[in-house]
Amino acid sequence: MTAALEPIVGRYLSLDFEGRRYRVYFEEAGEGIPLICLHTAGSDGRQYRGVLNDAEVTKHFRVIAFDMPRHGKSSPPHGFERDEYLLTRDFYTAFVIAFADALSLERPVVMGCSIGGRLVLNLAALHADRFRALVGLQASAHVAPYYDTQWLHHADVHGGEVCAGIVSGLVGPDAPAAHRWETLWHYMQGGPGVFKGDLHFYKVDGDLRERIAAIDARRCPLFLLTGEYDYSCSPAETQEVAAMVPGATCIIMPGLGHFPMSEDPDRFLDHLRPVLDRIAKPG
Amino acid sequence: MLEKLAGLVNDDEALVRRGRHLTGAFLVEARPRSWLIHVLRGRIEKVEEGPFVMPSWRFALRADESDWQRFWQARPAPGEHDLLALVRRGLMKFEGDLQPLMANLLYLKGVLEAPRALAPSRGAAQ
Repeated sequence: MTAALEPIVGRYLSLDFEGRRYRVYFEEAGEGIPLICLHTAGSDGRQYRGVLNDAEVTKHFRVIAFDMPRHGKSSPPHGFERDEYLLTRDFYTAFVIAFADALSLERPVVMGCSIGGRLVLNLAALHADRFRALVGLQASAHVAPYYDTQWLHHADVHGGEVCAGIVSGLVGPDAPAAHRWETLWHYMQGGPGVFKGDLHFYKVDGDLRERIAAIDARRCPLFLLTGEYDYSCSPAETQEVAAMVPGATCIIMPGLGHFPMSEDPDRFLDHLRPVLDRIAKPG
Repeated sequence: MLEKLAGLVNDDEALVRRGRHLTGAFLVEARPRSWLIHVLRGRIEKVEEGPFVMPSWRFALRADESDWQRFWQARPAPGEHDLLALVRRGLMKFEGDLQPLMANLLYLKGVLEAPRALAPSRGAAQ
């Protein structure tokens, strides 16, 4: 038998936010520059297990991945049973800032994927001075709805099975089977209506097309990394954002899909480490 | 194109198990061709090729034959590799009663991707 403890530590944060009490789960590893990691819609912070476990990254960065309310091990707020969950741009933005403030993180780096990548663009547009750098994975300004999301929360369809089915083709073709299926497993574990509610931000309330022009990567470095096989946020859609942002760095990752940090952590880290080096040692 | 589908699916025990709650027929249209796929508790019972006079099916997946051919490459190009990628690009339509399709989406993706096993190998394709 072999066994090894990972360097990741998990904790709960009790957070009063906009009049409600949230119990927020986060995992962290490493020391140095704070690096907040935002998971995709309908998933949770386990997507960043590869980054949290990477000794080269954690030598210089304090990597922190938290589960958004209702996701992973973070509870919904009291009274959730009466709400229809719809993630909004303003809530999501304010929540990420509140989390950073609650942990007293000074000018952290934020890296987010998909909805998290979109959120990063909003931080870049409105709050650039609060962050040391921003990293958008699978980030685009807008995605028009292309399927009926009602099926994601429906009494006649198993939510976990359909959520995994919807996203399965967003995993790149070369992903190792274990990581492919772990990525899908996180989707299978989502609470009822959570993925659908997140997509309200992704497809309806989070349209940032008019805000991209306000981003200036010379104020806060912006790195955009997108997997070649993502059709939800395609390379062309990321390149469109990058072309509008002075100073942005755009990297297209061959063979990878919509969940690079989770579907193929090793290959993703090959792309991420040089970006983090540039953030740690600017110039 | 789908003549060998039954063997490919039925030999995959895990895939059949994933589809164990699905029974009924669905239509695969690869314009101008079409097939009716009859499923019995996750096993492919019968594959019929059209044209059909009065086909009866629960749901249909419709695209051009050329899009299906690209989808069935051993390693399809980005955007040609997934049913929903084709849907987003406006190249595929889902029709009919979508409940059994959505309830068995992972299974049906597995079924419809199964012909990739018969495509020339990745090395040969590249």
